[in-house]
Amino acid sequence: MNSLALLGRYYAASMRAQMQYPASAIMLGTGAFLVTIIDMLAVWALFDRFGQVQGWGLGDIAVFYGVISASFAITDFFTRGFDIFGSAFVKTGAFDRVLLRPRSPTLQLIGYEFRLSRFGRLAQALLVLFVGAALVDLQWTPEKAVLLAWTIAGGVALFAGLMVLQASFAFWTTESLEVFNVLTYGGVQAGQFPLSLYAGWFRNLLIFIVPIGCVAYYPVLALLDQPDPLGAPAWWLPTAPAMGFLFLAASFLAWRAGIARYTSTGS
Amino acid sequence: MDAARPYVAAFASRFLLMLQYCAAAVAGFATQCWWGAIKVMIYAAFYAAAPGAADASPMSLAQAITYVWMAQALLALTPWGADPDIAQAVRTGSVAYDRLRPVDTYWLWYVRSGAWMVSRAAPRAALMLLAAGLALPLLGLSDWAWGPPTDLTAAAFFAVSLLLAVALSSAMLMLVNLVVAATLTDRGAVTLYNPLVIVLSGNLLPLALYPDWAQTALLMQPFAGMLDIPLRLYVGQLSGAWAWAGLGLQVFWTLVLILVGRAALTRVMTRLDVQGG
Amino acid sequence: MPQILVEDLAKTYRVAERDPGLLGAVRGLVHRRHRTVEALRDVSFSLEAGELLGFIGPNGAGKSTTIKILSGILKPDAGLVLVNGRVPFTDRIAHVSKIGVVFGQRTQLWWDLPVSEGFDLLADIYRVEPARYRANRDELVALLRLERVLDRPVRQLSLGQRMRAEIAAALLHEPDILFLDEPTIGLDAPSKLAVREVVRRLNRERGVTVLLTTHDMHDIEALAQRVIVIGHGQVLADSPFETLRANVLAERRLVVDFAHEAPEIIMAGVEIRSRQGQTLELAFDPARTPTPNLIAALAAAHEVVDIHVGEPAIEEVIARFYDLHGAGEA
Repeated sequence: MNSLALLGRYYAASMRAQMQYPASAIMLGTGAFLVTIIDMLAVWALFDRFGQVQGWGLGDIAVFYGVISASFAITDFFTRGFDIFGSAFVKTGAFDRVLLRPRSPTLQLIGYEFRLSRFGRLAQALLVLFVGAALVDLQWTPEKAVLLAWTIAGGVALFAGLMVLQASFAFWTTESLEVFNVLTYGGVQAGQFPLSLYAGWFRNLLIFIVPIGCVAYYPVLALLDQPDPLGAPAWWLPTAPAMGFLFLAASFLAWRAGIARYTSTGS
Repeated sequence: MDAARPYVAAFASRFLLMLQYCAAAVAGFATQCWWGAIKVMIYAAFYAAAPGAADASPMSLAQAITYVWMAQALLALTPWGADPDIAQAVRTGSVAYDRLRPVDTYWLWYVRSGAWMVSRAAPRAALMLLAAGLALPLLGLSDWAWGPPTDLTAAAFFAVSLLLAVALSSAMLMLVNLVVAATLTDRGAVTLYNPLVIVLSGNLLPLALYPDWAQTALLMQPFAGMLDIPLRLYVGQLSGAWAWAGLGLQVFWTLVLILVGRAALTRVMTRLDVQGG
Repeated sequence: MPQILVEDLAKTYRVAERDPGLLGAVRGLVHRRHRTVEALRDVSFSLEAGELLGFIGPNGAGKSTTIKILSGILKPDAGLVLVNGRVPFTDRIAHVSKIGVVFGQRTQLWWDLPVSEGFDLLADIYRVEPARYRANRDELVALLRLERVLDRPVRQLSLGQRMRAEIAAALLHEPDILFLDEPTIGLDAPSKLAVREVVRRLNRERGVTVLLTTHDMHDIEALAQRVIVIGHGQVLADSPFETLRANVLAERRLVVDFAHEAPEIIMAGVEIRSRQGQTLELAFDPARTPTPNLIAALAAAHEVVDIHVGEPAIEEVIARFYDLHGAGEA
């Protein structure tokens, strides 16, 4: 059985396990939907009071938000194994079991759980995205659809990279580092606004260190047919999501170093 | 004060235990700084974008910034999920021991819930005060900092109001605990309740910044007293007669929630006895 | 060539020493102190296909380190390890497809899934050909008497049922070597017997090579033809268990029931180990006091109801063994 088919089997099993508690799954999904939709409530209230910000309106912000939030929701479906890696695998020694199976550890961790409750967040993100697009009267073309898919893919790669990086650190700390939530959940929070609203240091952080801006701000500018007020060249805007993939690749270097450490210390 | 002794002891033991979760506090602190920084920058951008609307706003930018840092600092004072210990006591049945002690179960749980929240909030608030109240001004970023209270009166009102907020939040947390006890599960109900608290306590956005037509309703509802009223008093956005009204609202809702909680406790306990029998 | 070949295996850990508490953790970030622990040094042994080897030793002696290296999870510092002609660590995926591992305290099944679905998933993970898998599963289910638990989620199984399911899970891909790490830990007596019975049959009937670590000496007594005793990271003994017993304790036990009050003294060279009413347990060295002589002397001097020969309990053998080697619990 090839890796993709096996992943399908893992997920089928995971969903069946979750559906043993259907009420809980539905509640969690609804809760995720509500918790995230209220983000937009605050944004709406601010626009209601102040009208606009740097020429952006509620619809624009909704598109920025929808894109980054959808990326994170999709990542969250399949990265649970990395998210809780420290406490669930390193500390308990369960990673031994992973190494005892004739499949790559990455595949097994991706297969660890498919979080049904994340449909709530994804539904919310897509709803916000398409309502926002309607508000700004965005004209959908095949090119734009491809750009959207490419942007979200870059975002998924970036968030997956953060999860892998978090898991890699756990080889040393043996705890799941909650601090990474700043970069994942906080990344969604930061990425929902245009970078031009932020102070310079924060902007640079979001471009060069944790390239959230590259998978939200730049490509969404292209989606909205806006030039970058900060002056990035036009060709860069749709190219930027590639940084997400670069980040993922770099994270896997750390992951490999972590596994090498685990296999030489056994803890 | 012998009558209060068991409650004081329960408060103290829980408080000390919770302080040991310092590492988690550091992680939480980093998250709160990040969130606070984003909000501060976004508010600044909005205020700068529409000078007219900014002047008309019931809250100045400096007030809003102080409000944001304090809301982040006091995040754990808001009654989120159920007190995990009490939920577990119900699930494992060890709640029976609490019933055997010669104390009032409601007050015992009430003070434990309060200790749980205060102990989680205190270290974070202290860190946040150091960072946003001290470090930022020292770095020359006073415009972005957690500012001092408007005047001594505001400080006094804030101090009283903060205590009332703890009392009110504990009463609310008791209701959450009781829902968990009654349903024997903590996830479902709580996930639906959390968004409500985030919005209505002012944690998401200072209540004063919501549309003007919603202001009265927002101030009257019980969650305002858990965070928004103390913070408005601190920044001087509620003063004079309004300040007294704020405290009154907190007292009123605390009493209401305690009465509801005590009635609910009696009913839940009867049901647990039936189940246990 | 033997199926498992281990030569001069060595493994040292660097253990970071950390003071307790938050302050210690912070200090540890700035300045780390390390202590080196020699987990294994110069460990050599070999195992032929079809053998059943017991691995015993106190906690921290190096048992699990050895198992981890043999199963490819851990990389040794020095020495040669060949299992089925492969180096486990460098050839991990090929290696682990051919071995089965059961850790007594950890599950390899999925907590919320029925046992049978866990089996199906494992068959996919190990790429077992469907027809072979079905035949194999049915045979294991019958052998381990799992018919009644197949449809139940793992979390609902008793410890004994779960352990039998774990063993089946470890064998679905027909490994020719089975590593069992404390397979009977925490089990009740009937489950222990069942597990031992299964391991014995797998070894005898299917020719599976078994390497077993355990604290329960009855496992060793019931199963192992050969025993390796490990202590302080070294092989202290590698022999059939009976030889070990004979070497360590040149001592026999005789339990005697008297028709009257048990006597205070028997004869020179015979020690009274315990006294219970009219029954005595005697210990003696058969080289100095031949057993028939002792029995004759007893029968001549006293009115004896019954005599039977005892043997020192295996725990005692091992404890004595460690005393001799100065390698008690670390």
